[in-house]
Amino acid sequence: MALKTVEEIKAAILAAVPGAAVKIMPNPSPSAQQSLLIEAEHATAIATFLRDDEELALDYLSNVTGVDWLDKEIAEKVKVTRQVAKPVEGGDPGQAEMVDETVEETRKHIEPGYLEVVYHLFSMAKKHGPMVLRMRTANRTDKVELPSLTPVWRSAEFQEREVFDLFGIVFKGHPDLRRILMWDEFKDFPMRRDYVEPDDFEYEPTPHDEVLKRAQEHRAKVAAEEAKS
Amino acid sequence: MLGEGILKGLAETARNFAGSFVSKERMTTVEYPEVRLPLPEAARNFPFLVYDGNDWEKGLRCVACQICEKECPPKCIYIEKSKDKKPDYVGKPQIYPAKFDIDISVCMSCQICVEVCPFEAIKMNTEFELSTDDRFGGLLLDRKELAKSNEYYHTIHPTEAREVDARLAQEKAKVEAKAKTAAEAAAAKAAAVATGASAAAATANPAAAPVASPSTTKAAEIAVAPAAATAPAAPKPVAGTGTDGPAPMTESEKKAASEPAKPGEGEPKA
Amino acid sequence: MSTSSTPLGNVTARLARSEKLEGKPEGWNRPPVIEVEGDSELLELAMGPHHPSTHGVFRMDVVLDGERVIKLKPVFGYLHRNHEQLGQSQSYLASMPYTDRLDYFCSLSNNWAYALAVEKLVGQVVPERAEYLRVILAELTRIQNHASTIGFLLQEMGASGTPLMYAFRERELILDLFESLTGSRMMCNYMRFGGCRVDASEAWLDGARKVVAALPKFIDEFENFLMSNEILMARCQGIGVLKPELAVNAGISGPMLRASGVNYDIRKVDHYGIYDRFKFRVPLGDHGDIFDRYMIRMLEMRESVSILEQALKEVPGGPVMDPKAKIRNFRPKPGEAYGRIESPKGELGFYLISDGSPNPYRYRVRPPSLINLTVLEDMCLGSNVADVVLIFGSVDIVLGEVDR
Repeated sequence: MALKTVEEIKAAILAAVPGAAVKIMPNPSPSAQQSLLIEAEHATAIATFLRDDEELALDYLSNVTGVDWLDKEIAEKVKVTRQVAKPVEGGDPGQAEMVDETVEETRKHIEPGYLEVVYHLFSMAKKHGPMVLRMRTANRTDKVELPSLTPVWRSAEFQEREVFDLFGIVFKGHPDLRRILMWDEFKDFPMRRDYVEPDDFEYEPTPHDEVLKRAQEHRAKVAAEEAKS
Repeated sequence: MLGEGILKGLAETARNFAGSFVSKERMTTVEYPEVRLPLPEAARNFPFLVYDGNDWEKGLRCVACQICEKECPPKCIYIEKSKDKKPDYVGKPQIYPAKFDIDISVCMSCQICVEVCPFEAIKMNTEFELSTDDRFGGLLLDRKELAKSNEYYHTIHPTEAREVDARLAQEKAKVEAKAKTAAEAAAAKAAAVATGASAAAATANPAAAPVASPSTTKAAEIAVAPAAATAPAAPKPVAGTGTDGPAPMTESEKKAASEPAKPGEGEPKA
Repeated sequence: MSTSSTPLGNVTARLARSEKLEGKPEGWNRPPVIEVEGDSELLELAMGPHHPSTHGVFRMDVVLDGERVIKLKPVFGYLHRNHEQLGQSQSYLASMPYTDRLDYFCSLSNNWAYALAVEKLVGQVVPERAEYLRVILAELTRIQNHASTIGFLLQEMGASGTPLMYAFRERELILDLFESLTGSRMMCNYMRFGGCRVDASEAWLDGARKVVAALPKFIDEFENFLMSNEILMARCQGIGVLKPELAVNAGISGPMLRASGVNYDIRKVDHYGIYDRFKFRVPLGDHGDIFDRYMIRMLEMRESVSILEQALKEVPGGPVMDPKAKIRNFRPKPGEAYGRIESPKGELGFYLISDGSPNPYRYRVRPPSLINLTVLEDMCLGSNVADVVLIFGSVDIVLGEVDR
């Protein structure tokens, strides 16, 4: 592939769009398709540069994907030094002195989750690629806006609509942002990891796992209602 | 001339129309159901359970390992294990499925259950005229409806059935040979113990260790493999079966450990 | 090859120069706004989803001024079966039969694209015989898909099924080949990560050679039948023109892109599989209209026959499955991969993110049919309703892929 490495592309972007924050995301799998994480602020400028640059000429946006990363609870073992009152040895039971004690304790904190959109770019003029771009939202609840790349590459039009429909990322600058696969009045975002399906239990002859649980709950509910009436 | 292209096309159609009266390859319509085309051998529709012999309950090859249930993509198989055991084709007692339901309105004929079955118990049927008027129960096939004999398997997939039979016969022979050597070694050991010669015990030990569990086919291979530390010679080209049979192995190991005929060798090489 | 004067100019040279788009005005890649003259009343019509010509359950909300299309909005999602979410809730192998049902005409191409993506994710090597079988089956799929598409075009033009049945006659021979190898005519579920499921016997390869030997005669007959037909030419030439810059910017791929003159065939660009070993040409169109798209498909059928002849001559022996490949308990290490192939409809890609568990964390299908529909409005504005049906047919979509 004649495409430059991610480091060179990052340098080119920083040269063309000063002030942009670009980070290289490693990819440990053998496919070695590393990606660049960009910020929402300069996204349109970076995208226009990537499309119009002489050497990169990434004029073909092939794929737009949405990914949902949930909040992660991280438990760390931390060594904490505290002052603890210890009774003095060989002295009165009432006397105590302050002693430094080092204790290992497990601290838990929650890393906030985010929604991510991944763009795969190729070049039809130079016949190279892929180059992967990523953009992340601040969190999953209220700050879910990202700039739309549809004015730069038209192929993002339907795909960003799908990401909006299934994940809930709002793309600013999209000419026609509405639901594409679900019907317009649908309320939730189905591909998110915490989506709960509506309970529409039907005849289930071979239930497994969650369906089995739901089937048993349903049967218990029906039996209780019949016992009552 | 205007319309020449259309006339060329019409000439083509006329040639096909007239030709369909004389040539076989232009007349491609078959009047089903009076005339039925033979299906190719590899055709598949819905699964069925194979049984050996005449009694479908006694000869059922399935041991309810539930691997097919786990791997089925639309989860259309439902298995309940039995509480007792019945002997399988090598004589080893195995549990069998008390319930084995396949919902063929959900089954998508992907053949993954056949691929992952370690006991050659489930195979693909070719029958497609299965319509019924009971929407709910009529398409849920139970154990009795699914069980078909090995002779039937030979009629629908002859080549495959012959290969399967050859494989099973090979493993049965291996198991019987091991059982014979185990019996001979045990007899020799008993004789050695009687004479008190430790050398005989030493020679009997390495001979008996790989033989300590005369279990079913796959389990025997899996048991032999870690001992011999070679890649298992899996009968199918699918090589991942080394991880497949933990359930039968533990049972056979338990069986082996409790067999009275082998003093002291209850530690199959796990 | 369109390298000299055509109505679109020197397309290949232009794109090789990577023409700067800065000179283009703002909103150049948006559909034009058609002015309505006079005070005619506009009619809003929903074409579909129950429609014999929409290739499935697909709706187009058109605003009409008499017969002319002023606005067109495609509406789909009627066949949404949450394939991606299913893929994330079951193992990698269990998704393979579901990929058959994405583009249900070309199930073996879908299988190969998914297997390719997973093999990229884990760095799996595929044995040679399996690569040859994959190429043979993919090219057979391409031929039967293109033949059916051309047949459907004529069906939509009003030829009432006869040319379609000729295409289906050849398609039946190819489907019989698939059935004797994989067990099923359409939902083949044949490729695995590391090769193919079962080996092809010598008898099957001979049968394939016979079918391929009979194909050039059929393609000649088909071409003779259609391509000089005056009605077809009058209805297809100059209709639904797609300019190459817009095609590239809108992410179009496959025969639709090449009909607009852009030389981009993933078999040549990515060198996936063993396509480097075969000599074949990539036909390009001059005008980007419906007639070009059909001519491209006709020519691609011929190129596929040539690839098949070369491949069937040199199929090597050996295993069809890498012996170290795992079928069950397949847990790739964390990472991600994007694998794509040239399916008969365009670029079919799979994007997989793995987090070390037996199920993928993110499983995404890049559907060529959906993205090729982006420019449907641009192509249809200003033409008649009858043309909309033909233009839509020339995009060649399958709803299973659009909606997943």
